[in-house]
Amino acid sequence: MTADKRLTEDDVVAELRDGMTIGIGGWGSRRKPMSIVRAILRSPLRDLTIVSYGGPDVGMLCATGQAARIVYGFVSLDSIPLEPYFRAARQDGTVAAMELDEGMLQWGLRAAAMRVSFLPCRAGLGSAIMDNNPDLRTVVSPYDGQELVAMPALALDVALLHANRADRRGNAQYLGPDWYFDDLFAMAAQRTFVSCEQVVDTADLTATASEQTIKVSRLFTDGVVEAPYGAHFTHCVPDYPRDEAVQRDYAASAKDPDGWAAFRARWVDLPEPDYRRLAAASLDGAR
Amino acid sequence: MSDTPTLAEVCVVACAEAFRGDGEILASPIGVIPTLGARLAALTFEPDLVYTDGDAWQLAAPIPLGDDDAPKLVEAWLPFGKMFDIVWSGRRHVMMGATQVDQHGNQNIACIGPWARPKAQLLGVRGAPGNTVNDPTSYWVPSHSPRVFVPAVDCVSGVGYDRAAAAGPTASEFHAVRHVISNLGVFDFETPDHRMRIRSLHPGVTLDAVRDATGFELAVPDPLPTTRAPTDEDRRLLRDVLDPHDQRDAEVAG
Repeated sequence: MTADKRLTEDDVVAELRDGMTIGIGGWGSRRKPMSIVRAILRSPLRDLTIVSYGGPDVGMLCATGQAARIVYGFVSLDSIPLEPYFRAARQDGTVAAMELDEGMLQWGLRAAAMRVSFLPCRAGLGSAIMDNNPDLRTVVSPYDGQELVAMPALALDVALLHANRADRRGNAQYLGPDWYFDDLFAMAAQRTFVSCEQVVDTADLTATASEQTIKVSRLFTDGVVEAPYGAHFTHCVPDYPRDEAVQRDYAASAKDPDGWAAFRARWVDLPEPDYRRLAAASLDGAR
Repeated sequence: MSDTPTLAEVCVVACAEAFRGDGEILASPIGVIPTLGARLAALTFEPDLVYTDGDAWQLAAPIPLGDDDAPKLVEAWLPFGKMFDIVWSGRRHVMMGATQVDQHGNQNIACIGPWARPKAQLLGVRGAPGNTVNDPTSYWVPSHSPRVFVPAVDCVSGVGYDRAAAAGPTASEFHAVRHVISNLGVFDFETPDHRMRIRSLHPGVTLDAVRDATGFELAVPDPLPTTRAPTDEDRRLLRDVLDPHDQRDAEVAG
């Protein structure tokens, strides 16, 4: 009997604890595991460290105050360059930050995935990264004396990903042009939960797509959540584009003192089946 | 074409010129004018220059800006993981934006005010630290002002010449800030101490206007060159092939 790793978003949240370091896959406002993020937003979890190529996942966890610390190379909504709730949290001093070069973030995850304490890199030298992260150290090559940044491992307690398809056993498939660093997040984490648009039989993963689209092996996943529109309002191509109208409403809500409460009442505090109907209607309206 | 070139056309050509001599490396332009500049360079004087659709596809022929569904002749797949590999290999010339840039070529896109508690949080440093110590880097500033051209940036995202030198040979061996292109002119660091110099002024722009819009002293060559005008072929390619929907004029006023 092979493992059936199917879970609900709430099952995933039940596995999380206050103070955990959680890596979130995707990139900016692209293929973020938003249905699991929403379940976290509805939970009492707190003091979280979030590691992310950040988008609204980071912004919303700043808006609720559940993120205590963000490890990032950028936080952006892509079509709207600046993430309003992340900005507010940084400017109000309500969230701690480890800001890194995008490549250093990749290297930190790679080090964790390799179970080594650091990896050397050139990126970071000379920049404010070295001033703003006083714990960062350099290392001198034993071969030629080259001085490099010793990028520390970014070990994750949990990684959360959203894929286009997965099977019950936890093999995850990416049908868009880029799987970003989802595989690396999975390998850097003790446990990985992947949501997907559709759970399919293993044979159906390759019925119409190449084997190379299965980027995350079940070796590295612990739970699978079937979550249609699970990345909404971020994009999940080719299943659906970014919902720019909802993203605009989200960004605009930050300008109003009661804006977050209103946004979360409409787009967070509701059962997932209701959310899916709203998301489908909104995307249909944009077509 | 008998009418006068627009400022946007002049800026596109100035951005294209930043890639002259690059050969077969990846041009990574951020923004409309730099994107048009890189593609114009590839269609005219740098035929082996490599460029993408702005996403994961390396293109063998340009698609019109804004026509996202236009058929693409894809020659390679460059998802972000591959892009990072290319950055670290040195085979790339990125043209980024700059919220601030200083006289040594340090660039800031991360925040305004102290990093620990910024007055304005911006994007974060993104790939600027790694870009600048691995590959040639240029910057595009659509609105030249003393708020952008500052004596010292608030948060060094892209590394300038002074900081690269101070950080040692590993930081400086592949470091090169090539050009800063603005709506007023083209600037470089080809001075004995790598301080910013006027490389050329756009047609009709006076030295006083640039000095008034710059928060530090610029090195000024004598004579002062004028940015090369777009050729008729440059303008035809822009209007008919690269930017038929005229997105270029929205990014730079005048």
